Amino acid sequence: MSVLVDSETRVVVQGITGGEGKFHTEQMLEYGTNVVAGAVPGRGGQEVAGVPVYDTVHEAAREEDADASVVFVPPAFAGDACFEALDSPVDLVVTITEGIPTQDMSRVYRKLRETDAHMVGPNCPGVITPGESKLGILPGNIFSSGNVGLVSRSGTLTYQVVDNLTDRGLGQSTAIGIGGDPIIGTDFIGALELFEADPDTHAVVMCGEIGGEDEEEAARFIGEHMDTPVAGFIAGRTAPPGKRMGHAGAIVSGSGTGTADSKITALENNGVPVGDTPEEVADHVEDLL
Amino acid sequence: MKLHEYQAKEVFADAGIPTPSSALATTVDEAVDAAGEIGYPVAIKAQVQVGGRGKAGGIKLVESDEEAREAADAILGMDLKGYHVDRVLVEEAVDFTNELYVGVTMDRGEGEPVAMVSTRGGVNIEEVAAEDPDAIAREHIDPAFGMHPFQARKAVYDAGVDREVANDVAGVLQTLYELWDEKDGADAEINPLMVTADDEVIAADAVMNIDDDALFRQPDLAEMEEEAAEDDLEAKANEYGFDYVRLSGNVGIIGNGAGLVMTTLDLVDYYGGEPANFLDIGGGAQAERVANALDMVFSDGNVDAVVFNIFGGITRGDEVANGINSALEQFEEIPKPVIVRLAGTRSEEGMEILNTDLVQVEETLEAAVQAAVAAADEEVEE
Repeated sequence: MSVLVDSETRVVVQGITGGEGKFHTEQMLEYGTNVVAGAVPGRGGQEVAGVPVYDTVHEAAREEDADASVVFVPPAFAGDACFEALDSPVDLVVTITEGIPTQDMSRVYRKLRETDAHMVGPNCPGVITPGESKLGILPGNIFSSGNVGLVSRSGTLTYQVVDNLTDRGLGQSTAIGIGGDPIIGTDFIGALELFEADPDTHAVVMCGEIGGEDEEEAARFIGEHMDTPVAGFIAGRTAPPGKRMGHAGAIVSGSGTGTADSKITALENNGVPVGDTPEEVADHVEDLL
Repeated sequence: MKLHEYQAKEVFADAGIPTPSSALATTVDEAVDAAGEIGYPVAIKAQVQVGGRGKAGGIKLVESDEEAREAADAILGMDLKGYHVDRVLVEEAVDFTNELYVGVTMDRGEGEPVAMVSTRGGVNIEEVAAEDPDAIAREHIDPAFGMHPFQARKAVYDAGVDREVANDVAGVLQTLYELWDEKDGADAEINPLMVTADDEVIAADAVMNIDDDALFRQPDLAEMEEEAAEDDLEAKANEYGFDYVRLSGNVGIIGNGAGLVMTTLDLVDYYGGEPANFLDIGGGAQAERVANALDMVFSDGNVDAVVFNIFGGITRGDEVANGINSALEQFEEIPKPVIVRLAGTRSEEGMEILNTDLVQVEETLEAAVQAAVAAADEEVEE
């Protein structure tokens, strides 16, 4: 089994006629993802990679029975695209777009809370259930099918850790890149809840980074609510205070919270072994299984 | 993007928030003339994007032309925490009886804006927040509805603001929220909001940070942006459009994706080296961008070895390899050893292209970092 996506997931790609949208639609199809429609205003009736394009997500969902959407829409219009997906309605919206204004995401987040849908991202690599379906830009070839769940704020760090897992024969149930933006849909706790409820996820890897307090909150959640064992990794131990390290969230305020140390301590205090290197994370997972 | 105090005050004043009379000056004469027109006492305030200007000697209260000349002369041209002061705000000194704090920001955890009021204004509000969180009244705003007037009043009464000025403070908070909303603010703050003996409220300082991702729809504010006088290398990185942070070590680091680059830094430290920088080339980088990244890191005199850590998703290994080759082939002798680790999308093609006479190739992240730390150590010994 898996969480969020499987071989049955019927996907509509918003922004399918753009460069990124087209390229990754082809990649997703090649991986086996059930891409059933595209949605681009004014492009209804066209086809991209053999996939029919509709003017609205509503129409795509209705005509092709789509239940998930991947958003490759430019930042200025991506907030609106998320609204459209949530209104259509699909069960899952995966937003790849980087650089969406925070206030737009704040409004999307409010709409999200009124629905039963899941949103992953924005500014994320997507979601993959190896061997079944991938929604996003993750390189499918490094993943392997298995029973380790993975949740991460960073795309490339996800690839690194997955590579270490796959190397050891530790396959993944589902990997979720939740994104590095200030306001995201599914957060660590949301992903951990899904993995906890999935009988085929036997261990979880959680990759966090400096900034914010999401990892500390997730650590408490693990301590209080999870039977599935979790191994952790925190990026940014060497980051100097006050400097922004790429991701919007990756800044240490200097007030003692949000540091790598406070996150590692919180995780360890809740029974989560934290690797010093991605390789060590794989060691921990081996021990946990 | 952070507005200067004088720019933020202009925005606030245009929206109807009371601000002291003031004028911007770039020369000593202009400052003295402005001070005379406004009427003494006035404050002369350095306009640079750093906190703690007062303590660093960037704000002076003056009572006469002579004092104004002396203060303007001292502040204009000074180096304030690494920033060159090229303009001052000459401002009416407000005689106050009380100092408040009002602010609006995005509460990341809740995913919605929050308005804040405190009677502990005039101090470092972050310290107040850490020591005594209850000293700040907070009101979360539903972004779909905006701030209801009752919410502004509620925050003000919760904070314990004197009732003589409560309505005016609530009005300022309401306007501040509306500005924050309309201008795509990240933070908007007035600290202190001064209360005079006549129960007037006046914004004595003004902070406005704009969401960089929203500047495309704020053309007026985007125009106010200017090159900040940062570290030379950081300025160069801005030009190239890299996320770059200079650090104190000697192992140069280039990678793709913030999380992976941070991890590479951490591993350099873990294996006993010291990172010289954080440099994220971002997603989908082309060869030229990769070459620019190498150029950046080579121009840091502290760097003794460079490690490239690329895990391609959207980024292609062959593009990266071409970039590394073209950057290195222009040297007769490679300035510093370069260690490369390429994985992910088209990494096999990349490895075939990569000129291994010029770089050392390692297969894993751990091996690449260890090799870079060793190479840097060797350079130091030589």
